[in-house]
Amino acid sequence: MSIKTPSPSIFRPRGGVDQSALQEHKALVEDINRRNLLRGTVSLGALTMLTGCSVTRSDQVQSVLRRISEFNDRVQALIFRPNHLAPTFSEADVVKPPRFNAYYDIEDIVPVDVATWNLELAGQIENKKAWSAQEIYALPEQEWIIRHICVEGWDYIGQWSGVNLRHFLERIGADLKAKYVSFKCADDYYGSIDMATALHPQTILATKYAREPITDPFGFPLRLRTATKLGYKNPKWITAIEVTNEYRGGYWEDRGFNWFAGI
Amino acid sequence: MSEITINSTVRHSHKLHPLALRIMHWLNALAMVLMILSGWAIYNDSVIFGWLHFPHWMTIGDGPEGALQWHFAAMWLLMINGLAYLIYGFATGRFRRKLLPISPREVIATVRDALRFRLGHDDITHYNAVQKLLYVGVIAIIIVQVLSGLAIWKPVQLSELASLFGSFQGGRLVHFIGMALIVGFLAVHVALALLVPKTIGAMLTGGPVVDDRDGDTH
Repeated sequence: MSIKTPSPSIFRPRGGVDQSALQEHKALVEDINRRNLLRGTVSLGALTMLTGCSVTRSDQVQSVLRRISEFNDRVQALIFRPNHLAPTFSEADVVKPPRFNAYYDIEDIVPVDVATWNLELAGQIENKKAWSAQEIYALPEQEWIIRHICVEGWDYIGQWSGVNLRHFLERIGADLKAKYVSFKCADDYYGSIDMATALHPQTILATKYAREPITDPFGFPLRLRTATKLGYKNPKWITAIEVTNEYRGGYWEDRGFNWFAGI
Repeated sequence: MSEITINSTVRHSHKLHPLALRIMHWLNALAMVLMILSGWAIYNDSVIFGWLHFPHWMTIGDGPEGALQWHFAAMWLLMINGLAYLIYGFATGRFRRKLLPISPREVIATVRDALRFRLGHDDITHYNAVQKLLYVGVIAIIIVQVLSGLAIWKPVQLSELASLFGSFQGGRLVHFIGMALIVGFLAVHVALALLVPKTIGAMLTGGPVVDDRDGDTH
Protein backbone atom coordinates (compact mmCIF):
# COMPACT_ATOMS: atom_id res chain seq x y z
CA MET A 1 0.00 0.00 0.00
CA SER A 2 1.31 3.42 -0.90
CA ILE A 3 1.63 6.40 1.39
CA LYS A 4 -0.48 9.40 0.52
CA THR A 5 1.32 12.70 0.22
CA PRO A 6 -0.45 15.96 1.03
CA SER A 7 -1.82 17.59 -2.08
CA PRO A 8 -3.69 20.68 -3.20
CA SER A 9 -6.64 18.59 -4.35
CA ILE A 10 -10.02 19.88 -3.25
CA PHE A 11 -10.87 16.29 -2.39
CA ARG A 12 -8.22 16.18 0.29
CA PRO A 13 -8.93 17.22 3.88
CA ARG A 14 -8.07 20.79 4.67
CA GLY A 15 -6.91 22.54 7.79
CA GLY A 16 -5.03 19.55 9.26
CA VAL A 17 -1.71 21.42 9.31
CA ASP A 18 -0.78 24.18 11.75
CA GLN A 19 -0.38 27.05 9.30
CA SER A 20 1.28 29.45 11.78
CA ALA A 21 4.45 27.39 11.94
CA LEU A 22 4.58 27.43 8.17
CA GLN A 23 4.21 31.24 8.11
CA GLU A 24 7.00 31.75 10.68
CA HIS A 25 9.49 29.74 8.65
CA LYS A 26 8.22 30.74 5.23
CA ALA A 27 11.60 31.92 3.95
CA LEU A 28 13.33 28.74 5.11
CA VAL A 29 10.66 26.53 3.62
CA GLU A 30 10.90 28.34 0.31
CA ASP A 31 14.66 28.02 0.33
CA ILE A 32 14.46 24.29 0.99
CA ASN A 33 11.82 23.88 -1.72
CA ARG A 34 14.01 25.74 -4.18
CA ARG A 35 16.98 23.53 -3.37
CA ASN A 36 14.88 20.38 -3.68
CA LEU A 37 13.46 21.58 -6.94
CA LEU A 38 16.94 22.23 -8.31
CA ARG A 39 18.18 18.86 -7.10
CA GLY A 40 15.06 17.23 -8.54
CA THR A 41 15.55 18.86 -11.92
CA VAL A 42 19.20 17.90 -12.07
CA SER A 43 18.62 14.28 -11.08
CA LEU A 44 15.64 14.02 -13.42
CA GLY A 45 17.79 15.26 -16.29
CA ALA A 46 20.56 12.83 -15.36
CA LEU A 47 18.11 9.94 -15.17
CA THR A 48 16.65 10.77 -18.55
CA MET A 49 20.10 10.72 -20.15
CA LEU A 50 21.50 7.71 -18.34
CA THR A 51 18.67 5.22 -18.21
CA GLY A 52 15.58 5.80 -20.27
CA CYS A 53 13.53 3.41 -18.17
CA SER A 54 14.38 4.58 -14.68
CA VAL A 55 12.74 7.90 -15.37
CA THR A 56 9.30 6.31 -15.02
CA ARG A 57 10.21 5.06 -11.54
CA SER A 58 11.77 8.17 -10.13
CA ASP A 59 9.96 9.72 -7.17
CA GLN A 60 9.84 13.20 -8.67
CA VAL A 61 8.11 11.96 -11.80
CA GLN A 62 5.71 9.85 -9.70
CA SER A 63 4.81 12.88 -7.64
CA VAL A 64 4.20 15.07 -10.70
CA LEU A 65 2.05 12.36 -12.32
CA ARG A 66 0.02 11.95 -9.15
CA ARG A 67 -0.54 15.67 -8.98
CA ILE A 68 -1.75 15.77 -12.57
CA SER A 69 -4.09 12.85 -11.76
CA GLU A 70 -5.50 14.95 -8.89
CA PHE A 71 -5.83 17.91 -11.24
CA ASN A 72 -7.75 15.56 -13.55
CA ASP A 73 -10.05 14.73 -10.61
CA ARG A 74 -10.96 18.41 -10.41
CA VAL A 75 -11.43 18.75 -14.17
CA GLN A 76 -13.74 15.72 -14.18
CA ALA A 77 -15.79 17.13 -11.29
CA LEU A 78 -16.08 20.37 -13.26
CA ILE A 79 -17.36 18.74 -16.47
CA PHE A 80 -19.66 16.32 -14.61
CA ARG A 81 -23.27 16.85 -15.74
CA PRO A 82 -25.38 16.02 -12.64
CA ASN A 83 -28.60 15.36 -14.53
CA HIS A 84 -27.22 14.04 -17.81
CA LEU A 85 -28.25 10.40 -18.13
CA ALA A 86 -25.93 7.71 -19.40
CA PRO A 87 -27.21 5.85 -22.46
CA THR A 88 -29.62 3.04 -21.53
CA PHE A 89 -30.21 -0.19 -23.40
CA SER A 90 -32.88 -2.82 -23.97
CA GLU A 91 -33.24 -6.07 -22.05
CA ALA A 92 -32.14 -7.95 -25.16
CA ASP A 93 -28.64 -6.39 -24.78
CA VAL A 94 -28.15 -7.59 -21.20
CA VAL A 95 -25.24 -9.97 -20.62
CA LYS A 96 -26.04 -12.81 -18.19
CA PRO A 97 -24.36 -13.44 -15.87
CA PRO A 98 -22.47 -10.13 -15.49
CA ARG A 99 -18.73 -10.14 -15.94
CA PHE A 100 -16.77 -10.88 -12.76
CA ASN A 101 -13.98 -8.66 -11.56
CA ALA A 102 -12.27 -8.14 -8.22
CA TYR A 103 -8.72 -7.85 -6.92
CA TYR A 104 -8.65 -11.67 -6.62
CA ASP A 105 -9.98 -14.64 -8.61
CA ILE A 106 -13.58 -15.79 -8.60
CA GLU A 107 -12.60 -19.03 -6.76
CA ASP A 108 -11.52 -16.94 -3.76
CA ILE A 109 -14.92 -15.34 -3.20
CA VAL A 110 -16.10 -15.54 0.41
CA PRO A 111 -19.93 -15.43 0.29
CA VAL A 112 -21.61 -13.02 2.69
CA ASP A 113 -23.94 -14.65 5.25
CA VAL A 114 -27.11 -12.64 4.82
CA ALA A 115 -28.47 -13.70 8.25
CA THR A 116 -25.67 -11.92 10.10
CA TRP A 117 -24.97 -9.21 7.51
CA ASN A 118 -26.06 -5.67 8.08
CA LEU A 119 -25.32 -2.30 6.59
CA GLU A 120 -23.65 0.07 9.03
CA LEU A 121 -23.92 3.83 8.66
CA ALA A 122 -21.38 6.40 9.80
CA GLY A 123 -20.41 10.05 9.47
CA GLN A 124 -22.73 12.95 8.71
CA ILE A 125 -25.97 10.98 8.90
CA GLU A 126 -28.89 11.74 11.24
CA ASN A 127 -30.22 8.20 11.60
CA LYS A 128 -27.29 5.80 11.88
CA LYS A 129 -29.38 2.73 12.68
CA ALA A 130 -27.92 -0.31 10.89
CA TRP A 131 -29.98 -1.91 8.12
CA SER A 132 -30.69 -5.61 7.69
CA ALA A 133 -30.85 -7.16 4.22
CA GLN A 134 -34.59 -7.62 4.62
CA GLU A 135 -35.07 -3.89 5.32
CA ILE A 136 -32.89 -2.91 2.36
CA TYR A 137 -34.76 -5.27 0.03
CA ALA A 138 -38.07 -3.73 1.12
CA LEU A 139 -37.06 -0.27 -0.13
CA PRO A 140 -38.53 1.05 -3.41
CA GLU A 141 -36.53 -0.19 -6.36
CA GLN A 142 -35.52 1.32 -9.64
CA GLU A 143 -33.91 -0.41 -12.59
CA TRP A 144 -31.21 0.73 -15.01
CA ILE A 145 -29.90 -1.12 -18.04
CA ILE A 146 -26.52 0.54 -18.43
CA ARG A 147 -23.03 -0.04 -19.75
CA HIS A 148 -20.34 -1.17 -17.32
CA ILE A 149 -16.89 0.00 -18.46
CA CYS A 150 -13.76 -1.37 -16.87
CA VAL A 151 -10.59 0.73 -16.76
CA GLU A 152 -8.91 -2.19 -18.56
CA GLY A 153 -11.01 -1.52 -21.65
CA TRP A 154 -13.75 -4.15 -21.66
CA ASP A 155 -17.45 -3.43 -21.22
CA TYR A 156 -20.85 -5.10 -21.05
CA ILE A 157 -24.50 -4.13 -20.68
CA GLY A 158 -26.00 -4.93 -17.28
CA GLN A 159 -29.49 -4.73 -15.82
CA TRP A 160 -29.33 -3.52 -12.25
CA SER A 161 -32.01 -2.69 -9.72
CA GLY A 162 -32.12 -1.47 -6.17
CA VAL A 163 -32.79 1.64 -4.13
CA ASN A 164 -31.68 4.93 -5.63
CA LEU A 165 -28.72 6.16 -3.59
CA ARG A 166 -30.01 9.74 -3.39
CA HIS A 167 -33.33 8.42 -2.12
CA PHE A 168 -31.54 6.28 0.48
CA LEU A 169 -29.28 9.15 1.59
CA GLU A 170 -32.30 11.43 2.00
CA ARG A 171 -34.13 8.73 3.94
CA ILE A 172 -31.32 8.29 6.48
CA GLY A 173 -30.90 12.05 6.85
CA ALA A 174 -27.44 12.24 5.29
CA ASP A 175 -25.78 15.62 4.87
CA LEU A 176 -26.09 15.98 1.09
CA LYS A 177 -23.62 18.88 1.20
CA ALA A 178 -20.81 16.65 2.45
CA LYS A 179 -18.05 16.00 -0.07
CA TYR A 180 -17.87 12.22 -0.17
CA VAL A 181 -19.78 9.01 0.27
CA SER A 182 -17.39 6.22 1.17
CA PHE A 183 -17.88 2.46 1.29
CA LYS A 184 -16.39 -0.47 3.17
CA CYS A 185 -16.78 -3.99 1.89
CA ALA A 186 -16.81 -7.53 3.30
CA ASP A 187 -13.68 -8.42 1.27
CA ASP A 188 -11.69 -5.46 2.67
CA TYR A 189 -12.18 -3.54 -0.57
CA TYR A 190 -12.99 0.10 0.03
CA GLY A 191 -13.79 3.13 -2.05
CA SER A 192 -15.29 6.59 -2.11
CA ILE A 193 -17.20 8.75 -4.58
CA ASP A 194 -18.01 12.45 -4.82
CA MET A 195 -21.43 13.59 -3.58
CA ALA A 196 -22.49 14.80 -7.06
CA THR A 197 -22.11 11.27 -8.39
CA ALA A 198 -23.83 9.81 -5.30
CA LEU A 199 -26.84 12.03 -6.07
CA HIS A 200 -26.92 11.22 -9.82
CA PRO A 201 -30.26 9.66 -10.90
CA GLN A 202 -28.47 6.53 -12.18
CA THR A 203 -26.56 5.75 -8.99
CA ILE A 204 -28.18 2.92 -7.02
CA LEU A 205 -27.48 0.50 -4.21
CA ALA A 206 -28.05 -2.57 -6.33
CA THR A 207 -29.66 -5.71 -4.92
CA LYS A 208 -30.76 -7.40 -8.15
CA TYR A 209 -29.31 -8.27 -11.53
CA ALA A 210 -31.69 -9.09 -14.37
CA ARG A 211 -34.54 -8.98 -11.80
CA GLU A 212 -32.97 -11.76 -9.67
CA PRO A 213 -31.06 -11.22 -6.43
CA ILE A 214 -27.39 -10.53 -7.14
CA THR A 215 -25.33 -13.71 -6.79
CA ASP A 216 -22.27 -14.07 -4.56
CA PRO A 217 -19.53 -13.22 -7.10
CA PHE A 218 -21.25 -9.97 -8.05
CA GLY A 219 -21.70 -8.44 -4.61
CA PHE A 220 -24.57 -10.16 -2.76
CA PRO A 221 -26.34 -8.76 -0.83
CA LEU A 222 -25.54 -5.12 -1.65
CA ARG A 223 -23.31 -3.31 -4.10
CA LEU A 224 -23.02 0.11 -5.66
CA ARG A 225 -23.87 0.59 -9.31
CA THR A 226 -23.29 3.99 -10.86
CA ALA A 227 -23.65 4.70 -14.58
CA THR A 228 -21.16 7.56 -14.56
CA LYS A 229 -17.99 5.90 -13.30
CA LEU A 230 -15.57 3.13 -14.21
CA GLY A 231 -16.11 -0.36 -12.81
CA TYR A 232 -13.72 -0.10 -9.87
CA LYS A 233 -15.82 2.75 -8.43
CA ASN A 234 -18.67 0.26 -7.82
CA PRO A 235 -17.83 -1.54 -4.56
CA LYS A 236 -19.44 -4.95 -4.00
CA TRP A 237 -20.44 -6.72 -0.74
CA ILE A 238 -20.89 -3.33 0.95
CA THR A 239 -20.92 -3.48 4.77
CA ALA A 240 -20.70 0.21 5.70
CA ILE A 241 -21.52 3.59 4.20
CA GLU A 242 -20.02 6.81 5.52
CA VAL A 243 -20.95 10.37 4.55
CA THR A 244 -17.92 12.54 5.14
CA ASN A 245 -15.79 15.52 4.19
CA GLU A 246 -12.61 13.48 4.68
CA TYR A 247 -10.93 12.03 1.61
CA ARG A 248 -10.97 8.23 1.98
CA GLY A 249 -9.36 7.21 -1.31
CA GLY A 250 -9.99 3.68 -2.45
CA TYR A 251 -8.37 0.28 -2.95
CA TRP A 252 -7.19 0.92 -6.53
CA GLU A 253 -6.95 4.69 -6.14
CA ASP A 254 -4.39 4.30 -3.34
CA ARG A 255 -2.37 2.19 -5.81
CA GLY A 256 -2.25 4.96 -8.41
CA PHE A 257 -5.52 4.70 -10.32
CA ASN A 258 -7.44 7.93 -10.85
CA TRP A 259 -9.84 8.71 -8.00
CA PHE A 260 -12.70 10.47 -9.82
CA ALA A 261 -12.69 7.87 -12.62
CA GLY A 262 -15.76 9.38 -14.28
CA ILE A 263 -16.92 8.20 -17.68
CA MET B 1 13.50 53.90 -52.28
CA SER B 2 15.82 50.92 -52.20
CA GLU B 3 16.08 51.20 -48.43
CA ILE B 4 12.32 50.94 -48.09
CA THR B 5 12.32 47.83 -50.28
CA ILE B 6 14.98 46.19 -48.13
CA ASN B 7 13.06 47.00 -44.96
CA SER B 8 9.94 45.50 -46.39
CA THR B 9 11.82 42.34 -47.37
CA VAL B 10 13.24 42.02 -43.87
CA ARG B 11 9.78 42.34 -42.42
CA HIS B 12 8.40 39.51 -44.54
CA SER B 13 11.25 37.06 -44.43
CA HIS B 14 11.88 34.59 -41.63
CA LYS B 15 13.40 31.21 -41.13
CA LEU B 16 11.75 28.23 -42.84
CA HIS B 17 10.64 26.94 -39.42
CA PRO B 18 10.15 29.87 -37.01
CA LEU B 19 11.09 29.27 -33.36
CA ALA B 20 7.48 28.94 -32.18
CA LEU B 21 6.85 26.25 -34.78
CA ARG B 22 9.98 24.33 -33.86
CA ILE B 23 9.03 24.34 -30.17
CA MET B 24 5.53 23.10 -31.03
CA HIS B 25 6.94 20.40 -33.34
CA TRP B 26 9.23 18.91 -30.68
CA LEU B 27 6.64 19.23 -27.89
CA ASN B 28 4.22 17.39 -30.14
CA ALA B 29 6.85 14.73 -30.84
CA LEU B 30 7.35 14.25 -27.08
CA ALA B 31 3.60 14.19 -26.35
CA MET B 32 2.97 11.72 -29.18
CA VAL B 33 5.70 9.32 -28.06
CA LEU B 34 4.39 9.45 -24.47
CA MET B 35 0.80 8.90 -25.63
CA ILE B 36 1.74 5.99 -27.90
CA LEU B 37 4.00 4.15 -25.45
CA SER B 38 1.62 4.59 -22.49
CA GLY B 39 -1.31 3.74 -24.78
CA TRP B 40 0.31 0.42 -25.64
CA ALA B 41 0.51 -0.49 -21.94
CA ILE B 42 -3.17 0.45 -21.48
CA TYR B 43 -4.08 -1.61 -24.55
CA ASN B 44 -2.24 -4.65 -23.15
CA ASP B 45 -4.59 -4.72 -20.15
CA SER B 46 -7.48 -5.79 -22.39
CA VAL B 47 -6.34 -6.42 -25.95
CA ILE B 48 -8.51 -5.83 -29.03
CA PHE B 49 -6.62 -8.40 -31.12
CA GLY B 50 -5.70 -11.66 -29.40
CA TRP B 51 -2.48 -11.92 -31.42
CA LEU B 52 -1.25 -8.46 -30.52
CA HIS B 53 0.42 -7.64 -27.21
CA PHE B 54 3.03 -4.92 -26.98
CA PRO B 55 6.24 -6.08 -25.27
CA HIS B 56 6.60 -4.57 -21.80
CA TRP B 57 9.94 -2.94 -22.62
CA MET B 58 8.26 -0.97 -25.42
CA THR B 59 5.78 0.63 -23.04
CA ILE B 60 6.00 3.23 -20.31
CA GLY B 61 4.27 3.44 -16.96
CA ASP B 62 5.23 0.28 -15.07
CA GLY B 63 1.80 -1.32 -15.16
CA PRO B 64 -1.64 -0.01 -16.09
CA GLU B 65 -1.99 2.56 -13.28
CA GLY B 66 1.29 4.25 -14.21
CA ALA B 67 0.53 4.05 -17.93
CA LEU B 68 -2.87 5.66 -17.34
CA GLN B 69 -1.20 8.44 -15.33
CA TRP B 70 1.22 9.10 -18.20
CA HIS B 71 -1.55 8.95 -20.80
CA PHE B 72 -3.81 11.40 -18.96
CA ALA B 73 -0.89 13.75 -18.23
CA ALA B 74 0.55 13.77 -21.76
CA MET B 75 -2.95 14.34 -23.19
CA TRP B 76 -2.85 17.90 -21.83
CA LEU B 77 0.46 18.58 -23.57
CA LEU B 78 -0.86 17.04 -26.79
CA MET B 79 -4.16 18.95 -26.72
CA ILE B 80 -2.86 22.36 -25.62
CA ASN B 81 0.17 22.24 -27.92
CA GLY B 82 -1.95 20.88 -30.78
CA LEU B 83 -4.50 23.65 -30.34
CA ALA B 84 -1.73 26.27 -30.32
CA TYR B 85 -0.31 24.72 -33.51
CA LEU B 86 -3.68 24.83 -35.29
CA ILE B 87 -4.27 28.45 -34.28
CA TYR B 88 -0.71 29.33 -35.37
CA GLY B 89 -1.05 27.49 -38.69
CA PHE B 90 -4.27 29.25 -39.61
CA ALA B 91 -3.44 32.67 -38.18
CA THR B 92 -0.02 33.00 -39.85
CA GLY B 93 -1.21 31.48 -43.12
CA ARG B 94 1.43 28.74 -42.84
CA PHE B 95 -1.08 25.96 -43.58
CA ARG B 96 -2.32 27.74 -46.70
CA ARG B 97 1.23 28.59 -47.85
CA LYS B 98 2.97 25.30 -47.18
CA LEU B 99 0.30 22.61 -47.30
CA LEU B 100 -2.12 23.83 -49.98
CA PRO B 101 -3.13 23.29 -52.71
CA ILE B 102 -2.72 19.54 -53.15
CA SER B 103 -3.36 18.44 -56.72
CA PRO B 104 -4.01 14.72 -57.35
CA ARG B 105 -1.98 14.90 -60.57
CA GLU B 106 1.05 16.20 -58.65
CA VAL B 107 0.62 13.46 -56.04
CA ILE B 108 0.73 10.80 -58.77
CA ALA B 109 3.73 12.46 -60.45
CA THR B 110 5.60 12.66 -57.12
CA VAL B 111 4.91 9.01 -56.31
CA ARG B 112 6.16 8.06 -59.80
CA ASP B 113 9.33 10.12 -59.34
CA ALA B 114 9.90 8.64 -55.91
CA LEU B 115 9.59 5.08 -57.23
CA ARG B 116 12.19 5.91 -59.92
CA PHE B 117 14.46 7.50 -57.29
CA ARG B 118 14.24 10.79 -59.14
CA LEU B 119 12.75 12.82 -56.33
CA GLY B 120 14.73 15.99 -55.69
CA HIS B 121 15.61 16.94 -52.10
CA ASP B 122 17.67 20.04 -52.84
CA ASP B 123 14.92 22.47 -51.89
CA ILE B 124 13.54 21.69 -48.46
CA THR B 125 11.56 24.94 -48.29
CA HIS B 126 8.79 23.56 -50.50
CA TYR B 127 6.87 20.40 -49.75
CA ASN B 128 6.08 18.05 -52.62
CA ALA B 129 2.50 16.90 -53.15
CA VAL B 130 2.95 13.64 -51.23
CA GLN B 131 4.48 15.48 -48.28
CA LYS B 132 1.57 17.93 -48.27
CA LEU B 133 -0.90 15.05 -48.37
CA LEU B 134 0.86 13.23 -45.51
CA TYR B 135 1.09 16.34 -43.32
CA VAL B 136 -2.55 17.35 -43.86
CA GLY B 137 -3.53 13.70 -43.38
CA VAL B 138 -1.67 13.24 -40.11
CA ILE B 139 -3.06 16.51 -38.72
CA ALA B 140 -6.59 15.26 -39.53
CA ILE B 141 -5.84 11.84 -37.99
CA ILE B 142 -4.53 13.44 -34.79
CA ILE B 143 -7.70 15.53 -34.51
CA VAL B 144 -9.84 12.39 -34.91
CA GLN B 145 -7.54 10.62 -32.44
CA VAL B 146 -8.17 13.31 -29.81
CA LEU B 147 -11.93 13.07 -30.44
CA SER B 148 -12.01 9.25 -30.19
CA GLY B 149 -9.83 9.50 -27.08
CA LEU B 150 -12.28 11.94 -25.47
CA ALA B 151 -15.15 9.65 -26.50
CA ILE B 152 -13.73 6.60 -24.73
CA TRP B 153 -12.54 8.65 -21.74
CA LYS B 154 -15.97 10.26 -21.24
CA PRO B 155 -18.57 8.09 -23.01
CA VAL B 156 -21.29 9.37 -20.63
CA GLN B 157 -20.41 13.05 -20.10
CA LEU B 158 -19.64 13.35 -23.83
CA SER B 159 -22.27 10.82 -24.91
CA GLU B 160 -23.17 12.93 -27.97
CA LEU B 161 -19.56 12.73 -29.21
CA ALA B 162 -19.24 9.07 -28.19
CA SER B 163 -22.32 8.12 -30.22
CA LEU B 164 -20.44 9.18 -33.39
CA PHE B 165 -18.16 6.18 -32.88
CA GLY B 166 -21.00 3.70 -32.38
CA SER B 167 -20.37 1.59 -29.31
CA PHE B 168 -17.66 2.01 -26.67
CA GLN B 169 -15.63 -0.71 -28.38
CA GLY B 170 -16.16 1.13 -31.68
CA GLY B 171 -14.49 4.18 -30.15
CA ARG B 172 -11.67 2.02 -28.83
CA LEU B 173 -11.14 0.51 -32.28
CA VAL B 174 -11.05 3.95 -33.94
CA HIS B 175 -8.56 5.07 -31.27
CA PHE B 176 -6.40 2.01 -31.98
CA ILE B 177 -6.51 2.48 -35.77
CA GLY B 178 -5.66 6.18 -35.32
CA MET B 179 -2.62 5.12 -33.26
CA ALA B 180 -1.57 2.64 -35.97
CA LEU B 181 -1.85 5.31 -38.69
CA ILE B 182 0.15 7.81 -36.60
CA VAL B 183 2.84 5.19 -35.93
CA GLY B 184 2.91 4.47 -39.68
CA PHE B 185 3.31 8.18 -40.41
CA LEU B 186 6.05 8.44 -37.79
CA ALA B 187 7.99 5.57 -39.37
CA VAL B 188 7.89 7.19 -42.84
CA HIS B 189 8.47 10.69 -41.45
CA VAL B 190 11.52 9.70 -39.37
CA ALA B 191 12.96 7.49 -42.14
CA LEU B 192 12.72 10.27 -44.72
CA ALA B 193 14.12 12.84 -42.30
CA LEU B 194 17.11 10.56 -41.71
CA LEU B 195 17.56 10.16 -45.48
CA VAL B 196 17.66 13.95 -45.88
CA PRO B 197 19.36 14.99 -42.62
CA LYS B 198 19.29 18.72 -43.39
CA THR B 199 15.53 18.59 -42.72
CA ILE B 200 16.31 17.59 -39.13
CA GLY B 201 18.82 20.43 -38.89
CA ALA B 202 16.18 22.83 -40.18
CA MET B 203 13.67 21.67 -37.55
CA LEU B 204 16.33 22.32 -34.87
CA THR B 205 17.89 25.59 -36.04
CA GLY B 206 15.12 27.01 -38.22
CA GLY B 207 16.67 26.33 -41.63
CA PRO B 208 17.17 28.78 -44.51
CA VAL B 209 15.60 32.22 -44.50
CA VAL B 210 12.55 32.32 -46.73
CA ASP B 211 10.30 35.08 -47.98
CA ASP B 212 6.60 34.55 -47.47
CA ARG B 213 5.63 36.45 -50.61
CA ASP B 214 7.69 34.14 -52.78
CA GLY B 215 6.08 31.16 -51.21
CA ASP B 216 3.37 30.67 -53.80
CA THR B 217 5.41 31.48 -56.89
CA HIS B 218 7.70 28.45 -56.87
